[in-house]
Amino acid sequence: MLATIVADSSGQALAHASAWAVFAVGAALIITGALGVILLRNPVHSALMLVITLFGIALEFIDQSADFLAAVQIIVYAGAVVILFLFVIMFLGVDRKEAVGAEPTKFQRPLAVLLGLVALVEILALSRVDHWSSGQLSQSGVLTGTKSGDNVQKLGQAIYTGYLLPFEMTAALLVIAVVAAVVLSRRHQAGSRRNTEADL
Amino acid sequence: MTVPSAWYLVLAAVLFGLGATGLLIRRNVLVMFMCIELMLNAVNLTFVTFARDLNDIGGQADVFFVLVVAAAEVVVGLAIIVAMFRRRAAATADDIHILKG
Repeated sequence: MLATIVADSSGQALAHASAWAVFAVGAALIITGALGVILLRNPVHSALMLVITLFGIALEFIDQSADFLAAVQIIVYAGAVVILFLFVIMFLGVDRKEAVGAEPTKFQRPLAVLLGLVALVEILALSRVDHWSSGQLSQSGVLTGTKSGDNVQKLGQAIYTGYLLPFEMTAALLVIAVVAAVVLSRRHQAGSRRNTEADL
Repeated sequence: MTVPSAWYLVLAAVLFGLGATGLLIRRNVLVMFMCIELMLNAVNLTFVTFARDLNDIGGQADVFFVLVVAAAEVVVGLAIIVAMFRRRAAATADDIHILKG
């Protein structure tokens, strides 16, 4: 009896420690990647640092047992969005260093850092004066509990029942986005070119 | 469920602050887009954290929709950047103070 209790508590301690370890590794990846995106001069390097941040976010999702979202995070963000970024960067040939000297307005950088710090302090102070989270539990469906099925099944049931209208709207949004991308980046015919550099 | 949700929320706040700062200090439009992605991911992290906190599937469903909208936004934004490059070979935000066709 005692042995099972000890084994149980040591197993819990191990789970506790591993959850903290996953959180710490994910946090380190997120902060490193975000700083890299901001500070590195080459846009290609920024895009690659963005992948590190997105992997860190996926780790934090796994740590909170959001398995489906972690997989989608890797597939959609790291797999599609960042590849799109890299494709456009290399397609346009802007993978050269940004001109640092030409600052349009003085004090832009210190002011931006100050504003970012103010925003951060504001968020943290607001969360100090109020509760982190309040409200009714499990309003739009139970995440973990007695109901059978894993994370993917529950999320799928929620999206295809309660969130059906938003789901259809995202389908329309994606079609509109694809059409817009084709229209915007289409090369104009040589004869029917209406806007040239002379107009600008 | 061993790491308290406050830690995740503080991490998300820091990531949001970094994204906002990057959006203000960088002038390359592509990097500004990446900073917007950072801010969107910070919000996604808070959504997942509150979903766990309140034992509510709605937070995770919202993250799903944020992902879709973010992908659509990136597609349209990059198309605008490509169209902009066709006219003038520059990618800083000061070069697109005129957006009219």
